Amino acid sequence: MAKVITSDEVAAMVNKGDTIMVGGFLAVGSPETICDALVRRNVKDLSLICNDTGWPDRGAGKLIMNHQFKKVIASHLGTNRETGRQMSNGELEVELNPQGTLIERIRAGGNGVGGFYTPTGVGTLVAEGKEIRIINGREMLLETPLRAKFAFIKAFLGDKYGNLRYQATGRNFNPEMAFAADIVVAEVDNLVDFMDPEDVTTLGVLVDYLVRRGK
Amino acid sequence: MDLREKVGRRGARLFKDGMLVNLGIGMPTALADYIPEGIQLNFQTENGAIGFGPAPEEGYDNPYLTNAGGSPLTILPGGCYFDSATSFALIRGGHVDATVLGVLEVDEKGNLANYMVPGKLVPGMGGAMDLAIGAKMVVVVTEHCDKTGNPKILKRCKLPLTAKESVHWILSELALMEVTKEGLVLREIAPDTTIEEVRSKTEADLIISADGVETVKYY
Repeated sequence: MAKVITSDEVAAMVNKGDTIMVGGFLAVGSPETICDALVRRNVKDLSLICNDTGWPDRGAGKLIMNHQFKKVIASHLGTNRETGRQMSNGELEVELNPQGTLIERIRAGGNGVGGFYTPTGVGTLVAEGKEIRIINGREMLLETPLRAKFAFIKAFLGDKYGNLRYQATGRNFNPEMAFAADIVVAEVDNLVDFMDPEDVTTLGVLVDYLVRRGK
Repeated sequence: MDLREKVGRRGARLFKDGMLVNLGIGMPTALADYIPEGIQLNFQTENGAIGFGPAPEEGYDNPYLTNAGGSPLTILPGGCYFDSATSFALIRGGHVDATVLGVLEVDEKGNLANYMVPGKLVPGMGGAMDLAIGAKMVVVVTEHCDKTGNPKILKRCKLPLTAKESVHWILSELALMEVTKEGLVLREIAPDTTIEEVRSKTEADLIISADGVETVKYY
């Protein structure tokens, strides 16, 4: 069973310097209640792994506005100008990853795979410092796995066993992040006793804590 | 006919029936407005849907259903949703038949640059690097020159690349060009221009093939 706790209890577990994953794509499918609690706790020097840095008032973008990160690994920053500003100031380290490489690195981290070779990024700045091998006649880059201390994910529906179902494009990075962190916390819009096993997208055994949206 | 319509009308005829297509944000979306009759396409949005429809009527949007730019979508019968790992397995795995991308620069080798201007603008590559190397057909749509009149179709890109030697077609309001092993071949020009004008506005060397250059037909 996943333990149901409040967002402030979640935030209290996070300490200075921790690495967190936050699900969502431009904040669609991001755990807003948990992000708000992390802003209230005001814990600093975090590292973020997220597809993007959201919007100034949505998703992980809210923590960007509050200067809570020292490092960000993401594929896109364009919807939150503050990320670019902090990066130009030298206040924030940003590692840009191609989106397909980013999700596959998270997947590798969660699956216990030591990395993978991909043609994405060959001949670009992304290739700098990376091993290149020719596989089946094509140049490929070695990309390494990503893991975090916490994954904060978001689902439309959860049951008390921690099973999750998403809605529409709110799925995005959430299912892979559930494999790739030591402590997985899922924020859910709706919490039920149990759901049809056929509907389970993220397995309850991966989820440590549940937070109800707004709680 | 404005630039968007010219590019949309000609570009849409590069598609074949049944293709799985991913359109970039901005000008590439023009192609979706001019799909010829009898051509059915499957559109992917990389944040996790195939078979999406137009924006919903006001007040009917689902906050969980958006395109890769965050704007509300609808889903059509036969559509489906998936996570980002599946989405990029489709893209990187060669299951996407065509992608259409906007660019800051493109060159005669098929290199493209569209994700950063050092020291100025770093929005990030999002899914563009994976799309450019993974899609079977990569189409670049662009204004032939930038706002100050400088060519965008170059001998060699100067900005950091999004992908190396990946582009198959370059389409502007003036011309349709194909990247080949021999170089950039001028295939078609718009009815209101000349080969000389296109050459004067293109930094890349343009090859005229033995088949000659056709005039674009806007259906």
